[in-house]
Amino acid sequence: MTLQIFLNDYGLPGALIVLQILAFVVPLLIGVAYLVYAERKVMGAMQLRQGPMTVGAFGLLQTFADAIKLFSKEIIIPSAAHRVVFILAPVLTMLLSMIAWSVIPVNEGWVIADINVGILYLFAISSMGVYGVLMAGWASNSKYAFLGGMRSAAQMVSYEVSMGLVIVCVLLCVGSLNLTEIVTAPRPWWVQVMLLPMFVVFVVSILAECNRAPFDLPEGESELSGGFLVEYSAAAFMLFFLAEYANMILMSAMATILFLGGWLPPFGIEALDFVPGVIWFVLKVSFILFVYIWVRATLPRYRYDQLMRLGWKIFLPFTLIWVLVMAGTLMATNSLPVVQ
Amino acid sequence: MKFLQNNFKSFFLTEIVRGMALTFSYMFKQRVTLNYPFEKAPLSTRFRGEHALRRYANGEERCIACKLCEAVCPAQAITIEAEPREDGQRRTTRYDIDMTKCIYCGLCQEACPVDAIVEGPNFEYATETREELFYNKEKLLANGDRWEAQIASNLVADAPYR
Repeated sequence: MTLQIFLNDYGLPGALIVLQILAFVVPLLIGVAYLVYAERKVMGAMQLRQGPMTVGAFGLLQTFADAIKLFSKEIIIPSAAHRVVFILAPVLTMLLSMIAWSVIPVNEGWVIADINVGILYLFAISSMGVYGVLMAGWASNSKYAFLGGMRSAAQMVSYEVSMGLVIVCVLLCVGSLNLTEIVTAPRPWWVQVMLLPMFVVFVVSILAECNRAPFDLPEGESELSGGFLVEYSAAAFMLFFLAEYANMILMSAMATILFLGGWLPPFGIEALDFVPGVIWFVLKVSFILFVYIWVRATLPRYRYDQLMRLGWKIFLPFTLIWVLVMAGTLMATNSLPVVQ
Repeated sequence: MKFLQNNFKSFFLTEIVRGMALTFSYMFKQRVTLNYPFEKAPLSTRFRGEHALRRYANGEERCIACKLCEAVCPAQAITIEAEPREDGQRRTTRYDIDMTKCIYCGLCQEACPVDAIVEGPNFEYATETREELFYNKEKLLANGDRWEAQIASNLVADAPYR
């Protein structure tokens, strides 16, 4: 009898939650695999190469082959490394890039935890990503890894400031911290136009936040030979790698929700309503991911002082001023959202 | 004015957009690389690849053990020993090429008076051990049998230019 009650109270909801989590994580991991593939293919095309072609048709299974290779290798732990932190770092990074997905709505109501401070949660989780990198850099006990970790910490902290202000801009016109409401809140066309520069700033900031080219200084293979990743091998390396790409998808999803209208059809065209919202969401996320790859194929790496200058001397004042401008305009036109 | 122009450029990312337009246009261009093991680039008829010892049409080996190739070889990769066969003809008893020493200069095939030693069109003969690259006479004759058709046609095609 008590077992029956226990099962009804905890068993079924628990199983439901596990299923929901799997429904998010499995497509996400497959997405990561094909993002890696897409990156190699798109960059190949832009450099007049072919990219992976051998494993599977058009090399479609290349990432899985790489994963099997990495899994079957030995994890080498340097003798001078701090063993616990060394192993914990990739696990933490991976974990953080996964748990952030619990608040991301991919369609109307398709969200694990529809909490009312979703955007704050997302921001907090993505900020914690720096711990994984710092831990990896410190625990490796290597010059390169340490420098990479330091750079990464400084870079992520710098760009988070402007990212926060960009998010404030969006919140000003939406009036809610709930991600579903951020998507569905009505936005007049002039608000969208005013948010456009913020969208550009946000995209550049997430490039820096994910340590992607042209801001991939923490890895900087030409001067740091891999940065914080330098001592990692096999499965631990793969966790970092997966986490990096999962973070890219996460940040793209965030940009989609904040600026591109999530699962709604683009430009508010109602005739396109028949396409399921998930597909729009995936298409929009894919577009931003394509921009990530496109930028990587185009731009050379920034120098470190240029990176810091961009973050602190351009983005920070610009976003600050823009928050004031947006707030002022919204006040003047009396279109600030009313919070019940 | 210059100041304004520069600021306009950097503020609206004009140069970055132009660069990105360029890379985007390159995405749809013809690839310049080959899908190597499945597609191969055309080779010149004079291509100097793996060595082969040829035979006449009746199956008799061409090499007459004159040792001109051994003498001309700048890397001293060729080792030849010779003595008369039962029918009195002068033939090699040993014809070794150390492929790890060979520099693929082609002087051996230039020196050969009977077109016996040639460098064929094959370049895919990587091995897992070093010892496999010490070719002996059997290996070279087997190469000759394997590539004869292509070697012969290459020699015919190249003949007018010699």
